[in-house]
Amino acid sequence: MLTLNINDRPVDVDVDPAMPLLWVLRDVLGLTGTKYGCGAALCGACTVQLNGQATRSCVLPVSAVAGQRITTIEGLTGPVALAVQNAWIQGNVVQCGYCQGGQVLAAVTLLTANPRPTDADIDAAMGGNVCRCATYYRIRAALHAAARTLPEASA
Amino acid sequence: MKRSTTSRREFLRLTTLGGAGLALGGVAFGAAEGGAIFTMPFLRIDPDNTVTVFSKHAEMGQGVWTGLSTLVADELDADWSQIRAESSPTGPLAYGNLAWDPSGRLQATGGSTSIFNSWLQLRAAGATARAMLVSAAAARWVVPPAEITVTAGVVAHAASGRRATFGELAGAAGRLPVPDAVVTLKAAHAFTLIGREGLPRLDGPAKTRGREPYGIDQRLPGLKIAVLARPPRFGSTLKSVDASAAKAIKGVVDVVAIDRGVAVLADNTWAALRGRDALRIEWDETAAETRGSGALLAEFRRLARSDEALDVVQRGAVDAALAAATTRVEAEFEFPYLAHAPLEPLSATCVLSADRCEIWAGSQLQSGDVLNAAAVTGLRPDQILLHTLASGGSFGRRANPASDFIRETVATAKATGGRYPVKLIWTREDDLQGGMYRPMNLHRIEAGLDDRGQLTALRQRIVGQAITLGTPFAALTVKNGVDVMATGGSAAEQYAIPNCHVTWTNPQVGVPVLWWRSIEHTHMAFSKEVLMDELAKSTGQDPLAFRLALLKDNPRATAVLTLVAAKSGWGMPLPAGVGRGLALQESSGTVVAQVAEVRLVDGALRVDRVTCALDCGVAVNPDVIRAQMEGSIGFGLGAALRNEITLTDGRVDQRNFDSYPPLRMPDMPQRIDVHIVPSTNPPTGVGEPGVPPIAPAVANALFALTGKPVRKLPLQGNGDMPNFPSA
Ligand code: FES
Ligand code: FES
Repeated sequence: MLTLNINDRPVDVDVDPAMPLLWVLRDVLGLTGTKYGCGAALCGACTVQLNGQATRSCVLPVSAVAGQRITTIEGLTGPVALAVQNAWIQGNVVQCGYCQGGQVLAAVTLLTANPRPTDADIDAAMGGNVCRCATYYRIRAALHAAARTLPEASA
Repeated sequence: MKRSTTSRREFLRLTTLGGAGLALGGVAFGAAEGGAIFTMPFLRIDPDNTVTVFSKHAEMGQGVWTGLSTLVADELDADWSQIRAESSPTGPLAYGNLAWDPSGRLQATGGSTSIFNSWLQLRAAGATARAMLVSAAAARWVVPPAEITVTAGVVAHAASGRRATFGELAGAAGRLPVPDAVVTLKAAHAFTLIGREGLPRLDGPAKTRGREPYGIDQRLPGLKIAVLARPPRFGSTLKSVDASAAKAIKGVVDVVAIDRGVAVLADNTWAALRGRDALRIEWDETAAETRGSGALLAEFRRLARSDEALDVVQRGAVDAALAAATTRVEAEFEFPYLAHAPLEPLSATCVLSADRCEIWAGSQLQSGDVLNAAAVTGLRPDQILLHTLASGGSFGRRANPASDFIRETVATAKATGGRYPVKLIWTREDDLQGGMYRPMNLHRIEAGLDDRGQLTALRQRIVGQAITLGTPFAALTVKNGVDVMATGGSAAEQYAIPNCHVTWTNPQVGVPVLWWRSIEHTHMAFSKEVLMDELAKSTGQDPLAFRLALLKDNPRATAVLTLVAAKSGWGMPLPAGVGRGLALQESSGTVVAQVAEVRLVDGALRVDRVTCALDCGVAVNPDVIRAQMEGSIGFGLGAALRNEITLTDGRVDQRNFDSYPPLRMPDMPQRIDVHIVPSTNPPTGVGEPGVPPIAPAVANALFALTGKPVRKLPLQGNGDMPNFPSA
């Protein structure tokens, strides 16, 4: 039995310790906002925040994260998240939307550390999050728009 | 805004439009269960004042829930904030795609036909509902219906000062008879939502917050997850399987053989995947396709020089015109197989009992999926209940006449006796290696110009697998044995060239193929538009002027080209090291032109800016259209830069996004401008037509930069060796 801290709540799970966090979230806990896209740390669809850092849950054995702070798209809160999600909605960013939970988590991680990212910062921070609908142009614009609504000092 | 109900409306006789889909009275009207009190095939108005639009088309990212809802809401005079959308049920005639089958029997989303075929139907649905709300208000207030206005979701009678919401009138309206089949639709100048800027997409909030349920997210009590071991080569079949090691893995509950492979069922995906890895399988490779990409290319080259071909276009006298030409250009173009690779891998969920089969999936072809599920289960089509969920991308993959992933799921449920609900998922590896690709193609072209530099002759030999031959779609898409979906959109069809001979050879290859966003236009536009630049250059002409001369009788294409030229600064000087290229294609009834600006950075291709112009008729949702163009440019650019599915001895070489690298944020052009030609014509497609021009526009920009034409995709190649020469 492992105790996980997911979205600020303790959750006990009885699973193969080698099972990637992605499948624990989706199949065991029903948190399906975290998506499967490649299973190999190549696409970012499975992004969660681990202690505030955007992390690929598809290659993360669940035993490695017991007791650490895991935030999924369902539990994402706070002023940066609000700014990002509002900018996403106002910018009509989503198409199929399948990548967007991961994109939002990556964007929130970026803006939390760097409230005024340059285009190069965005390329570096978001390059691991694939969008097959290629909404990148709007993601970039929405990231800048969200940044403009946040205080310049780290949020 | 006040408006009389008739004077600003066009009179439309629905019965004259044909099509069961417009016969609103035929399907499911009146009071429904569960508190919804005013329902129609395409919308429901609830007492809480929400209007739910039922989308007969699959939402895959293209914005169709928003688009169809815009049509309904405008004629209903609803307020956008009260609109919701969800997938319609599967089955009733009302939900057929009228572009593909006017009788309404074919529920399908594809070919960028959703808005086009729904344009009158969904507006009529909104107008009918509005008329019923007005009747209900007139009866309640005892006033003439003509004195009632409807504005932004408020029904009002000015003289008496009475007002009501839709929700307040829904119950009474739902008890009224549906008006006879005559309804008036708005004239274009009266639109309030159609064409409006700033409408938020209906699916934006849920998708931004991770709350949209996709097919792969389906959960049910007792659900088992299945993955399927498929043969390593196309055409192989199962010889024997030893599942003992797989069954020993904790969480694995069952292993069954079905026609397409061996399914492992488990309590969770992780156990299912480990179970599949532990299977020991022998395949019978007697019928397998064992050729590699090199052998296929050699065969395609041979066929392009043989007489084994069918005529696609035959006009004038090509041999004589080529013989008389002052300038001749010969070129051969190569295109790889491409995978759709939607980010949500294929998946379906099935609950099977003796007399019912319930399926949840992202589907672009519900009618075919129902028939295939019926065939697998032995049930009648009306015993199959298919729920369409949002798709995490599709690009054509989920419209497949063989229903591969649905059939596998249903067959697995059947093979396990319906003991548990089954969700079968494809991994990314399954997706990239599982076939149904954009066909590999070879085009061989000879073109001739006269002494004034006019294009007088074109001979084109197309070698590429048929897509719809032998499927139920052939009745629509195969003419004289020629599959339009393998051959359409050539220069002979899109430019005024007096002497043309286009032929097609359907090579016999065991690799399954399918339509891939824009279908034939993805390769046909490339050879056509790259050729145009070669021809222009060979005779010292400007590529824009050269095209315009061939489009004298095509005012739409001329307008689009002229607009893209003006907005892109065509002809203006560029900084050193930057090349600019142009391309044009008409597909799905929409004309799109794009101008790309490219640079080479350390030998790698970088696309800085794309200007796009299009004519898609009435722009129903301008921002969705812009988004589709941006996304299509990225989708097409990603494929053009790096994507190819190759085979070694019949085995697919690519496995995941490392060997099939998708476009990423740093690859996306920094600047994209989309310009929509104002139009009052009925709307045409926008989900696909933005894809075909981008690859040739980029190739032509490279040509302008390096002076050497590009005739092979992908541009960047898969490894270090680009398929384009340096300057
Ligand atoms: S699913 Fe984890 S990175 Fe793709
Ligand atoms: S919105 Fe479809 S994958 Fe990103």
